[in-house]
Amino acid sequence: MALLADVISWAFILAGGALALVGGLGLLRLPDVFARMHGASIIDTLGLGLILVGLMFQAGFSLITVKLFLILLFVFYTSPTTTHALARACLNGGIEPRAARKDSNGEPPSRP
Amino acid sequence: MLRAGSLAVFLSLLWLLLSGYFTEPLLLGLGVASVLSVVFIAYRKEVLDSEGHPVHLIPRALVYWPWLLKEIVMANIDVAKAILRSPMAISPTVFTVRGSQHSELGRVIYANSITLTPGTVTIALEGEELTVHALTPAGLEGVESGEMDRRVAWLEGGS
Amino acid sequence: MFSAASLAILVVMAMALARAVMGPTVYDRILAVNTFGTLTVALIAVFGFLTDRPEFLDISLVYALINFIGTVAVTKYVKYSHLGDPGEDRDWEDL
Repeated sequence: MALLADVISWAFILAGGALALVGGLGLLRLPDVFARMHGASIIDTLGLGLILVGLMFQAGFSLITVKLFLILLFVFYTSPTTTHALARACLNGGIEPRAARKDSNGEPPSRP
Repeated sequence: MLRAGSLAVFLSLLWLLLSGYFTEPLLLGLGVASVLSVVFIAYRKEVLDSEGHPVHLIPRALVYWPWLLKEIVMANIDVAKAILRSPMAISPTVFTVRGSQHSELGRVIYANSITLTPGTVTIALEGEELTVHALTPAGLEGVESGEMDRRVAWLEGGS
Repeated sequence: MFSAASLAILVVMAMALARAVMGPTVYDRILAVNTFGTLTVALIAVFGFLTDRPEFLDISLVYALINFIGTVAVTKYVKYSHLGDPGEDRDWEDL
């Protein structure tokens, strides 16, 4: 049983680390600040999430698991708020997203 | 008053779980004092309404969160694939959608759910109009299909 | 295994730092520093398991909250050049 929990937790931690690497790569490669937010979003949600879930399997049923879950909950609540505040600040600061515009009347998107 | 009681219960649970003290009378007394002072301040500031302490959403949120989690996992895989392609398979698009929720809280939940899902970021929320920045075509379709909109409308108590 | 995880997190932190140094706008830097903070939360949690001292989780929890408040404060400062009242002609609802 302990071995099974170990294997599951290692799989989660490895997947989380790999996704965080992909997110970091996105942070470096993506073209503008709005696109980079998506890379940061990967790290904030599943990158951190999978690592913490993996640690939960290591801890078993205890107060440590509760604390890990609370960290996850706080990050999931605060990360969109931060991203939204930053996006509003970008728009206010005069940075236009390098992106195709598409109105709600259904025009097809075109490449920028 | 009911909300003050439920806030007190939640804060006490949080205090107990974070501290791990269950027996020491002095520490438990101090914990009760801090919980009561927080509830009193929240009551005085009049933030104990359906927006500041939305406890009535919890039963439906327990249905909504697993679905949101599934969406987040799918979107993560999609965006990760788009980043790893060479050249990157991205098509950044800015578009507007309408949130059909009838309360401001519902629209904020909708906007935050869109932002939490990788591949889509809400960059402005004015009235009922949400301006969304999508990185991949799949993210764009996911928001425009309106399924999340319907589920959030259901979450806040609509039909 | 925990050391492999910390290594991955450290590499991503280096990437975030590189983005923070490269810029080009101040918003890129804020985004990179926010990501750096999130990774620090993960690193502290993993480090607590690595050294078998779960007390580190409390620090991690507090760091998650401070990271949020710090990023919003910096965003607000960049936008209004002020941390308190945004002034008469500014709109409170913007942030």
